[in-house]
Amino acid sequence: MPTFEYAPSPESRAVVDIASSHGLFIGGELVEATGGTPFKTVNPATEEVLSEVSEATADDVDAAVRAARTAYTRIWSRMSGADRGKYLYRIARIIQERSRELAVLETLDNGKPIKESRDVDVPLVAAHFFYHAGWADKLEYAALGPNPRGIGVVGQVIPWNFPLLMLAWKVAPALATGNTVVLKPAETTPLTALAFAEICRQADLPPGVVNIVTGAGATGQAIVDHPGIDKLAFTGSTGVGKMIARSIAGTRKKATLELGGKGANIVFDDAAIDQAVEGIVTGIFFNQGHVCCAGSRLLVQENVADEVLRRLKRRLGTLRVGDPMDKNTDVGAINSKAQLERITELAAAGEAEGAQRWDSGCELPRKGFWFRPTVFSDVAQTHRIAQEEIFGPVVSVLTFRTPGEAVAKANNTPYGLSAGIWTEKGSRILWMADQLRAGVVWANTFNKFDPTSPFGGYKESGYGREGGRHGLEAYVQTGDGQ
Amino acid sequence: MSTATDVDATARAREILGVSRLTNQALTRWLHGLPGVDQVGCETRAAGLSTRSIKTTSKAWAIDLAISMIDLTTLEGADTPGKVRGLATRALVPDPTAPDTPSPAAVCVYGDMVGIARDVLGDSGVKVAAVATAFPSGRASRAVKLADTRDAVEAGADEIDMVIDRGAFLAGDYLTVFREIAETKEACGDARLKVIMETGELATYDNVRRASWLSMLAGGDFVKTSTGKISPAATLPVTLTMLEAVRDWRDLTGEMVGVKPAGGIRTSKDAIRYLVTVHEVAGEDWLDNHWFRFGASSLLNDLVLQRQRMATGAYSGADYVADDAPSGY
Repeated sequence: MPTFEYAPSPESRAVVDIASSHGLFIGGELVEATGGTPFKTVNPATEEVLSEVSEATADDVDAAVRAARTAYTRIWSRMSGADRGKYLYRIARIIQERSRELAVLETLDNGKPIKESRDVDVPLVAAHFFYHAGWADKLEYAALGPNPRGIGVVGQVIPWNFPLLMLAWKVAPALATGNTVVLKPAETTPLTALAFAEICRQADLPPGVVNIVTGAGATGQAIVDHPGIDKLAFTGSTGVGKMIARSIAGTRKKATLELGGKGANIVFDDAAIDQAVEGIVTGIFFNQGHVCCAGSRLLVQENVADEVLRRLKRRLGTLRVGDPMDKNTDVGAINSKAQLERITELAAAGEAEGAQRWDSGCELPRKGFWFRPTVFSDVAQTHRIAQEEIFGPVVSVLTFRTPGEAVAKANNTPYGLSAGIWTEKGSRILWMADQLRAGVVWANTFNKFDPTSPFGGYKESGYGREGGRHGLEAYVQTGDGQ
Repeated sequence: MSTATDVDATARAREILGVSRLTNQALTRWLHGLPGVDQVGCETRAAGLSTRSIKTTSKAWAIDLAISMIDLTTLEGADTPGKVRGLATRALVPDPTAPDTPSPAAVCVYGDMVGIARDVLGDSGVKVAAVATAFPSGRASRAVKLADTRDAVEAGADEIDMVIDRGAFLAGDYLTVFREIAETKEACGDARLKVIMETGELATYDNVRRASWLSMLAGGDFVKTSTGKISPAATLPVTLTMLEAVRDWRDLTGEMVGVKPAGGIRTSKDAIRYLVTVHEVAGEDWLDNHWFRFGASSLLNDLVLQRQRMATGAYSGADYVADDAPSGY
């Protein structure tokens, strides 16, 4: 009997036209950088160079902040909320119209499967703009305090795991509340942010309201240090988040930081087991595990641990790892060589410390950056793979015996971003959610995102919330005085 | 591989449940001890499997496999010998313009039409399946249901599609359902037994899982979703739940049980979604018409149409698909 092979079903690349080099987006114009060393962005699935991108210097950042200040003072802070909302609605609609192109571009630059960029990232991007467009003229009714209005110029630095979605999380609330923006996308994934610059022009957004500067750490530092920045919003590693907090200590700058995580996905013996297995897969293998709120620690009740592990391994045998542009791919490429090295190093540490390593042994493409979905069992709380954020498709399986022990182990980490609970018992879900020190607690699901729902962390996972009414708070000042 | 017919269903059930006497209480404990099905998660998984993109060679392969898995069905009060003969003839030659088109697995009719279908199909390999046990409601005495079954088998049916007593199931009288299935299985002799749960009336996925396990325990050779007379008929999440059940049943007993979604599957696209689900949930072993069937009639037309398109590169149209018994089922 022949087997059911899925023939290649590649998404067409013809919908995107990537320029060979990119400038910066400052004051509504695409401009050349004033110096800096241009860098290349590659497709992590093939190592093909996609484009050359400018490195913004401190002077370029200064020009961007000045453009943002002018736009803030002269136009955006004076515009009615209803009119700001119109621009956001327009941007949201353009994103929907260009969704196929944006999905393809995201997949090429990031390595995530096309089905995720098409079905998750881009629809959520549009949803965030639609949602915040609705808030723009209703801020007075959001219980933020008297006379809510923008703060000024916001510096935003975003990561490479959800490039366009993180841009939307940052830009949409900032604009809705009347701020202007200087945003730096990650150096490995700048292309969709640069496409967004085009969308701003297409939407006739007033020049300077959104400025996009590309570059690496030095460019980010220039934004953080710039005296003209009123507020910073950062998503990325805890290490960089701490540097930012140190840099702005003693200044008037406000900040929200959305940092790392080591989420516990907790499976009780009465869980709907087939769906729990799906939730484990979604929790850690969605987006190659490049998710700050990933369920990277699986806490499973000891009396069902063998059964859950057996089913999980069987399920991983059906995951399709490979060409991210293929519509049937479930797990794509690791975003960069550096990240692959980090994952490889931590996985080796897991083995060295005595945890049991397992992967499906699936075939991997020869070029590009790849890591097989991997399960570590017999993991102890003291192992590095139970403590450090791997940010890759690697799950560490630990066991517990009682609900109290599950809570204690879940909380025993410097992080506190997400957790999942799998049980058919409603009262236990509520009790657990109350005990878990995590910004997001999912019950019988995982990695579900919605613009109406606030997102953010406890402890070393950062501070501030993004999304929902709570997310607006970080972007407004209230009262009479300045 | 051993089948359930080799042993007495009750004795085997006692062994699997670990009880000395098979009571309703014991069955209840066992069925209610199965892990639950989370509705949202189950439907999300089914929706995820529906996004698989099956193209070119794999599509051609899947279309032929799907055709070979059809129980070509007519179950109407207005069925006539002529209509059944037409349907059976169609099963022998699904597409006169393409003789290499595989035949459906079976022709499925009411018990009194079995002889007519048998005459046409002979020893072609296409099976005759008959609905029995007071299909579709199942509201008749046990004696009538068993007589109905025997009658169809004697007339030459290779397969019997029975309905469970949904009233008894919903009332928690699992032992009645168990006995009825076991006795019907006995009445089938060598015929394979498909057990219709009528999932549209069971309503929850927990019930679908429990009814599937109960049917397998009682010796059913297939678990089947629907009669086609109740809406909703087959859905992908229901079929997914059944596929999980047969997969887990094999883990427990080493035996394979077939799955048959029926009703509402009309397009090639739908059929391929089911095949993807079979492949990724139960596994390759079920991708065979001995273990997976579609209860359908108009599905064959669309599969033939798609098959013609793949051969010629152009869509023809309904008038280019010879159909002797158009039906809405």
